[in-house]
Amino acid sequence: MGDFPILTAVTFLPLAGAVLIMLVRAMTGSQETDVATGNKALTAGLIFSVATFLASLVMLASFDMEAEGYQLVEEIGWFANIQYKLGIDGMSLLLILLTTLLTPLSLIASYGSVKTRLTEYTIAFLVLETFMIGVFCAMDLVLFYVFFEAGLIPMFIIIGVWGGADRIYASFKFFLYTLLGSLFMLAAVVFMYLQAGTSDIMQLETFAFAPEVQTWLWLAFFASFAVKLPMWPVHTWLPDAHVQAPTAGSVILAGVLLKMGGYGFLRFSLPMFPDASQFFQPMMFALSVIAIVYASLVAWRQTDMKKLIAYSSVAHMGFVTLGIFSFTEVGVQGAIFQMISHGLISGALFLIVGVVYDRMHTREIAAYGGLVHKMPIYAAIFMLFSMANVGLPGTSGFVGEILTMTGAFLASSWAAAGAALGVIFSAVYMLTLYRRTVFGQITNPALEGIQDISVKELITLIPLVIGTLLLGVAPNLVFDVTRESSLRALQMITGG
Amino acid sequence: MLDFEAMIAAIGPEMLLALAGLVGVLLGAVFGDRFNSISFKFGALSLIAALVIVLMNWSGGEAFDGLVKSSPFVNFAKVVSFGAGAVTLLMGENFLKRHETIRYEYPLLVIFASMGIGIILSASNFMTLYMGIETLSLSSYVLASFHRDSMRSAEAGLKYFVLGALASGILLYGISLVYGFTGSTSYEMVAEAEGGIGLLFGMVLMISGMAFKVSAAPMHVWTPDVYEGAPSPVVAFFATAPKMASMVVFANLMFTAFPTAFEDWQMIIAIIATLSMLIGAFGALIQTNLKRLLGYSSIANMGYALIAVAAGAEYGAAALLVFMTSYVIASIGLFGGVLAMRREGGMVESIDELAGLVRRRTGLAIALTVLVISVAGFPLAVGFLGKLLVFEAGWNAGLLPLLIVLVISSVLAFGYYLRIILIMWVREPAERFQPVDAMVTTAIYASAIACIALFIFVGPFADWASSAAAGLYR
Repeated sequence: MGDFPILTAVTFLPLAGAVLIMLVRAMTGSQETDVATGNKALTAGLIFSVATFLASLVMLASFDMEAEGYQLVEEIGWFANIQYKLGIDGMSLLLILLTTLLTPLSLIASYGSVKTRLTEYTIAFLVLETFMIGVFCAMDLVLFYVFFEAGLIPMFIIIGVWGGADRIYASFKFFLYTLLGSLFMLAAVVFMYLQAGTSDIMQLETFAFAPEVQTWLWLAFFASFAVKLPMWPVHTWLPDAHVQAPTAGSVILAGVLLKMGGYGFLRFSLPMFPDASQFFQPMMFALSVIAIVYASLVAWRQTDMKKLIAYSSVAHMGFVTLGIFSFTEVGVQGAIFQMISHGLISGALFLIVGVVYDRMHTREIAAYGGLVHKMPIYAAIFMLFSMANVGLPGTSGFVGEILTMTGAFLASSWAAAGAALGVIFSAVYMLTLYRRTVFGQITNPALEGIQDISVKELITLIPLVIGTLLLGVAPNLVFDVTRESSLRALQMITGG
Repeated sequence: MLDFEAMIAAIGPEMLLALAGLVGVLLGAVFGDRFNSISFKFGALSLIAALVIVLMNWSGGEAFDGLVKSSPFVNFAKVVSFGAGAVTLLMGENFLKRHETIRYEYPLLVIFASMGIGIILSASNFMTLYMGIETLSLSSYVLASFHRDSMRSAEAGLKYFVLGALASGILLYGISLVYGFTGSTSYEMVAEAEGGIGLLFGMVLMISGMAFKVSAAPMHVWTPDVYEGAPSPVVAFFATAPKMASMVVFANLMFTAFPTAFEDWQMIIAIIATLSMLIGAFGALIQTNLKRLLGYSSIANMGYALIAVAAGAEYGAAALLVFMTSYVIASIGLFGGVLAMRREGGMVESIDELAGLVRRRTGLAIALTVLVISVAGFPLAVGFLGKLLVFEAGWNAGLLPLLIVLVISSVLAFGYYLRIILIMWVREPAERFQPVDAMVTTAIYASAIACIALFIFVGPFADWASSAAAGLYR
């Protein structure tokens, strides 16, 4: 246990930045009239998010890979028996790093592409970052719920204010879907707190709820996480939210927010309700396979680039649930890996769509074609991430898919066969997308003057390129960190 | 022989307010209109002084042969009510000045109403209770129609008066029945008496009368009209101090006067709570006037509070205090927001007028967002914890159906609270508001900060409430 509260520092540094920007804005009393003023706020926000990233590296340095259990625990009484308690294990460590990496990248991507009300935009992103980090390191159920729910407000505002034409509808749908699921979880949280007398996650992991109670609690948590992940058939908010959100919002949404669902299953459902988890395994397999196959097929028929990638996210999240509910070490390890890898790849894909959207102001696939003639560097990077999304060996996408499928195969060969079908479809829709936008002759005259990728856009993409390739060739970097957490998630089920 | 110290402990604040009110009347008679402006400070100061006396006599006492009796539970409500009364009084001063209706009678009426609040809270006898309620109500009727020249204000006052008088009549009829069947008007004696069906009949009528005072369905119909019609500072007062007090009095009455009939009144209150939550939430969904919306929202919130009442003293009392306090704090800020909505041609009240507020006044918009989040019971502000404690109380008492309605009503409520947030953040900005008075701005920011601060440091606050509620059961 360190003396300096590093987790609190990492969690609340972005919030401090947001408050500071707000205060400066209030002091100067100036209305944001031009983009230059807004860019200053954006730069300030970027500095804070980079500082947060650096702080999270300090956190990484003080994390002991060999040790068991939660580390860097901080604990202060809040009210009644509920604690303000933070702590991390390998899984949360990596998800926090993913969050602190994607936030500055999405802020960089916003230069020039977001033109109105940049001050509020920056504040919303920084506040959101605090809540996302909080979700991954909260060690108290009520605190977790608070962070989990609180993140909805800034995301709601980001979609609702800076989104596309149908943004109001999309933001309401996003909010109400997630909220409805979460209220079931709140009821379960209160029940668990009253029954166990504590809301401390570490203690709840060893508290055995009666099997019939577990079923209901599991379903309540499932309602929340399934919407968040999202799983078929409650995924319909995601395409709307993605299409309407600004580029940076989509990056965060796909990169981090979706991972909260998978994180929740691993942190709560498996260790706390082992009997119910086993009981619902067939259902989860069925839903995962449907998600993978159905979402892949739907993705194939999309005419909007963002919608296509959104549906591909639903499919890839299906692999995550498949791996988690295989109850094998390899499957769970693969699921965590898949979450990290999908965070990098889908984040990059949304940035890539953002690049051409900023130039052409359309996401219609039909409006493009022949980009390779004008934008060779762009085409190369796009190619890399398309292949990563398909799961080509050498990229991180491959490792996640192969491991989750191996895990699923150990549990049920039928589920693995269904998922393998999804892999084929993913190649179909990604290659179709790539062929129709990048290859061929330029048919749209407006494309003649299009510029290749700029330095700013390269800066946002290169860290993701490095991450995807690095994890593809050296996946042990992740596995060494997450082994302990995946074993702990499983120990109640496999009778460890 | 009067025990002076016990008297001060039991009813000292009310005596001070009565004295202050009478001094105010004299000052008004001597100085006339010159007293108008200073009278607001005078009123706020008297309320603060009363609040300090409450805090000094925290453990309470008994006086006049048990006609009045205060305890930490009711003293908690007194502190919140007097504080809210003082703040709403100061917030309203400039509003009345602009409408050229600034008169010293206004703060004096607030003082007398607050005295009524103190008396009903200290009441441990039906006679005291009724007298207090009438003091509070009569002052409130006049306050509601304080803008004499405005049709809306007069209409609000008249509606409030007619329905309020009816409710008082029902309450009094209930009291007389209870008295007739038990032979006593004292809470303690009634609690011990064998009253049979007659007592129950009287109790139901009393519950109906109290339901009117807290604006719970089906006695809620006056609320939206009075909220819309009465002058905004008056509504700010109505929505906070008397609400807090009436709800705590309602709980205190049920807990101490009718403990043996717990199962009977629990059912009735559960029905009232269910109706309030649903009518409040559905009603608010279609409102376009902010004051009316807040009226319906208060009906729904009273429904949540009644869950804590129905949970009984042991489980619900502390939750009730926390929930109501957080509701009052957020309401002060929200009505501050209503008072800030002023354009060239006068006050505006439609929700659409808030359009794009974030671009015109970022700070105000963020503060109002925090307040809306708090009153919606969303995490990050104290309203969430209030609702959580109510939920826990209901769960402990086994009121599962009520909790399901609570969840449904909360989801519906997000529909209209989100709309407010969305209008402030997303719409193209409407015309700029006139500069807001310093007092109103301070109140809005202070209550927004309080909502977050109490969320973070809820520990001591919740402990304080539980220790105040602990005296109710042993």
